[in-house]
Amino acid sequence: MIMKNTLILFCLKKILRLMLLMAAVATFSYVLVSFSPVNPVDAYLGTAILKVSPEQREIIAKRWGLDQPPVERFFNWASQLIQGNFGLSTIFNEPVLSVIGKRFVTSFWLMFLAWTLSGIFGFVLGVLSGTFENSVLDKSISLYAYTMASTPTFWVGMVLLTVFSIQLGWTPVCCAWPVGLSPEQATLGQRVHHLVLPAFTLSLIGIAQITLHTREKTIEAMNSDYAAFARAQGEKDLGIAFRHALRNVLLPAVTLQFASIGELFGGAVLAEQVFSYPGLGKTTVEAGYRGDVPLLLGIVIFSTLFVFAGNTMADLIYQAVDPRIRKTGGLI
Amino acid sequence: MNVHALLPMDRRSRTIAVILGCLALFACVFTGAWLYGDRGEVTALTLRKLPPSLQYPFGTDWLGRDMLARTLKGLRISLRVGLTAAGCSAGIALLLGLCAATLGRAVDAVITWLVDIAMATPHLVLLILISFACGGGEKGVIIAVAASHWPSLTRVIRAEVLALRSSEYIQLSRQLGKRPLYIARHHMLPHVLPQFMVGLLLLFPHAILHAAALTFLGFGMSPHTPAIGALLAESMRYLSMGLWWLAVAPGLTLVITVKAFDILGGNVRALLDPKTCRE
Repeated sequence: MIMKNTLILFCLKKILRLMLLMAAVATFSYVLVSFSPVNPVDAYLGTAILKVSPEQREIIAKRWGLDQPPVERFFNWASQLIQGNFGLSTIFNEPVLSVIGKRFVTSFWLMFLAWTLSGIFGFVLGVLSGTFENSVLDKSISLYAYTMASTPTFWVGMVLLTVFSIQLGWTPVCCAWPVGLSPEQATLGQRVHHLVLPAFTLSLIGIAQITLHTREKTIEAMNSDYAAFARAQGEKDLGIAFRHALRNVLLPAVTLQFASIGELFGGAVLAEQVFSYPGLGKTTVEAGYRGDVPLLLGIVIFSTLFVFAGNTMADLIYQAVDPRIRKTGGLI
Repeated sequence: MNVHALLPMDRRSRTIAVILGCLALFACVFTGAWLYGDRGEVTALTLRKLPPSLQYPFGTDWLGRDMLARTLKGLRISLRVGLTAAGCSAGIALLLGLCAATLGRAVDAVITWLVDIAMATPHLVLLILISFACGGGEKGVIIAVAASHWPSLTRVIRAEVLALRSSEYIQLSRQLGKRPLYIARHHMLPHVLPQFMVGLLLLFPHAILHAAALTFLGFGMSPHTPAIGALLAESMRYLSMGLWWLAVAPGLTLVITVKAFDILGGNVRALLDPKTCRE
């Protein structure tokens, strides 16, 4: 009963925080965007700017509601937003939500694969590295992780693209499905084939943080009293690591992995740009580049929600898994 | 940094060596870019698409421009942008952190809330949004990076000052009737300065990387400025023609630069931390 109540209280608190956060993010980003010197009509027209008469420009501006004062525009936009209408994307000419929905599905598989890979490999590497502290294995894993932490994602993507797609020809050079096909026509095999290299790029970078963090925690656990006791009983280092330290290290690692979703999203923007992968990241860049304000604002709000979902998930897992929090009835 | 355990030096001399190395790197980049003059921008159509050689260590691009000169200029821009942005960002963090911890609960609540909001949106999306708001350009990149990197350092400084507040000499100063601002400036600032320096040094590599990413995506410097991000974005079009050196060398120098400053930050932090300084 107590458990149930705390859970309801927890959820209510989270929902309240989410609503406040969303309102703040929406307001801030709207104010920011309205300061932009980029004229949305000019950005939309691009090179066709010379072919369009002033009258036509006025019609476009009127259709987008640009003839109204900014404050009024903000309240119009906000009231529509509350009803779930994010407006029309100017570059795709369809509702923002449907653009985000379609693109996010494409991005989701990329991010999910990269996230899972980096989580598993990062954790295992971190535990190994921490168990055999100061060995050659530890030094090479740390060197790798520290180097990856200071390497730009897009450059890794470019190097992999050059080696595997262009020189070796193992993977396709661009896109999420073969050129000329629609996404429905492409087979699962083709989709995975296009997905492999971007996901690999993302996880190569994503591994760094989780490895370094797990390494620290493992070293801590290996120097603890229970590890010393197990060692006195004749347990080998690897046995201590996997039978005793693992559970203690796993929890912070899971939290970190869920909290790293924001970084993952940022990495996806860069990887999608390099591999011309038509996901949400590439759409973000296009929206910014071509002045599609409704879409850009929609993506900002959506990505905030996405990050929030990741953090909440981490909290919930903590509640469910950590006996210290479970028994005290949730001190969050 | 474990890598350096191989060197038979204590942390102090190692840190000094790293500082000297970073200064040398700075000097090399700036004098190199200065000595090359406009060589990275003049086109020489007879020297197009040369692979790396002794005369052109980084090769030449599709217009015959020397890639080494362009890379050095790009690094110079990166260092300049990174330093300015990291400096501004750390300044904001110091100010907000001090204010949050000294000016009462209302200010603290507002600043903590601001930190939460700034951390709620993915970094890169925030960067794109801010640079869009500034209309791009070098100014846009600097503002975007500066405005998005302060939250974590603000938290650190706030926590540090909150811990300081209950210490005896500050209590005493308050009993003597000193104003909060006086206490903040004369008692707290000197104490958080080492934390601030470390935070600044560790922000610097991040700032360089994010500035390069933003430029790579096309939100930064104009394509005519040889910034590292712009160089790499341009080289994307020529990768399929086998001009791999256009991407490899500039990227590698960027990684080395960022890593050098990362090591510097890590060493200084370990040196200033009472737990690890005697290792």
